[in-house]
Amino acid sequence: MQETVDTESGAQQVTAGRAAVRAPRRPGRARRLTRALAPLPWLAPALALIGFAVLWPVWEMFQTSRQHINSFGFDLGDYGWKNFSAVFDDPNLASVMARTGVWVFAVVALTVLISLAFAQLFNQRFPGRKVVRWALIAPWAASVMMTSIVFRWMLDPNNGVINVLLHQLGIVSQFNGTQASWLGNPTHAMYWMIVVAVFVSVPFTTYALLAGLSSIPAEVYEAARVDGAGRLRTYWAITFPLLRPAMTVAILINLMNVFNSFPIIYTMTGGGPDSQTSTSTVYMYTLKTLNIGQSGALSVINFGVVIVIVLIFLRANKNSLKES
Amino acid sequence: MASITAPAAQRPTAKAAPARRLPSIKTVIVAGAAYVIGIIFILPYLEMVITALRPQSELDDRDYFPHHLAWSNFTNIWSTGLGTNLAISLEIGIGTTVLVLLVAIPAAYYTARRRFRGRGAFLVLVLITQMFQPTSLIVGIYQEFTNTVHLPSTLALILVNSGFNLAFAVWILNAYFGAIPKELEEAAMVDGTSRFGAMTRIIIPLALPGIVTALIFTFIAAWNEFIVALTLTNTDSTEPLTVKLNTYLGQYSTDWQHLFAGSVIATIPVIILFALIERKVVSGLTAGSVK
Repeated sequence: MQETVDTESGAQQVTAGRAAVRAPRRPGRARRLTRALAPLPWLAPALALIGFAVLWPVWEMFQTSRQHINSFGFDLGDYGWKNFSAVFDDPNLASVMARTGVWVFAVVALTVLISLAFAQLFNQRFPGRKVVRWALIAPWAASVMMTSIVFRWMLDPNNGVINVLLHQLGIVSQFNGTQASWLGNPTHAMYWMIVVAVFVSVPFTTYALLAGLSSIPAEVYEAARVDGAGRLRTYWAITFPLLRPAMTVAILINLMNVFNSFPIIYTMTGGGPDSQTSTSTVYMYTLKTLNIGQSGALSVINFGVVIVIVLIFLRANKNSLKES
Repeated sequence: MASITAPAAQRPTAKAAPARRLPSIKTVIVAGAAYVIGIIFILPYLEMVITALRPQSELDDRDYFPHHLAWSNFTNIWSTGLGTNLAISLEIGIGTTVLVLLVAIPAAYYTARRRFRGRGAFLVLVLITQMFQPTSLIVGIYQEFTNTVHLPSTLALILVNSGFNLAFAVWILNAYFGAIPKELEEAAMVDGTSRFGAMTRIIIPLALPGIVTALIFTFIAAWNEFIVALTLTNTDSTEPLTVKLNTYLGQYSTDWQHLFAGSVIATIPVIILFALIERKVVSGLTAGSVK
């Protein structure tokens, strides 16, 4: 029975095809419209969701940046560019921005350097490789906030395990002292938060680079070996250049993540004392409760940075977009 | 090999034996370094488990391991109402996952199968939403959901999480659907099945590994989400686990053993789930440019 249906509709299809060949009519306006609208049932839910959850907040953010909202939350109307000038006049802004630059550069650079070494290591064959690769994903899978809480606890001035270890090594002389309270000192706190940020960024980056490494064909290495290239030269002349596409994408995704990083600083120092450990993202969040208009203005400035990273990312992804 | 050719088999065993060689020095060094790195990356989570098992009386001790294990920490935390927060986290996680799959599957399928005007623009838009993170738009999200749209916070969080996590699902499913031969569904469509029917009956079962990856990844992302939940919830009974556990920090004397008992519940299942999809995640996150 099934087969009869098969042949029948198959035959129909063929006749329909012939008819189309015989009379190649130009599609009318109505048909063009239906063709243009055909994707809608499939894409409309996605478009609606993106519009509601992503694009609407963008619009709200721009609105807020130009609104005069007092500390009680009352909207007092259009404020022009006054929120922006208030942000630029903020005495904290310069140091917050400089800190953001250092934070992003330090975390991304360290992450990429460490991940390059890790990817090389984990690309080798050794017993138990699978288990070790699983161990490496823990910080990637876990909530960054939870990881930050553990680090805060491990740095506890009274008995955090890091302090216990450093005490045994003779580096920390006294518990509960100024040296042991790492997070109380803005400079030391930044160092440790950079460590945490690198810690949670390395797994993804290593995996992205490992994926890049495995896509390099073995023949290329074979050829290099035949030509008598040494190990270091092979790395610089072959591995590194062929790894560049994967590295570019990994760097851009890291730039975005680290610039927008919030839970680490919020959980470990709250951006304080004062704003001495705030990046612009954390500072924007702190401002939200104090003056939402100014917070909106700073969001718009931060958003400018985000857009620049997105544009570079799209350029870097041009080929894969064309392919798909 | 040796057993096939007779002369080789007759050779003295000394030469045939090295089938089980000792690992080379290089392998030992590589493995050793890898094990140390693996342990370092696990340590904070180990410390999480250890602290979760510390009795209150040993919380200030300066040692690595407690003398007694207080399993009761795991039972006691439920009396703090953590069950409610766990339920909210589950609602958000499951709601987001279901919504993302319902929305992403048709979009990914259609863009994988058809070439149409606006296809490229749609894919770029999706890619952009992945790069925009909720953090950078938090002021806008806050304004939208406090001034304009009034929704229960759990529903609002499901919608926001879905919007920002759609991209991963669309990209990874697009790749999976694209890899399935067109002939399979064309045969079904010749049989009179609609395109939608072909998608649900033929393509979805074949792309199941991709769907499972999208499902797990989306669930974890929604489960771990912090800043939007922190911004849109303001009562104990509406906070998901991440926000609730963070409020422990602000208390006069942080209840570390219970905080970490909660963290273990929130973290360990997620790490195990993630291990299942580990190999497929990179291509989804990099929009297929790194496979």
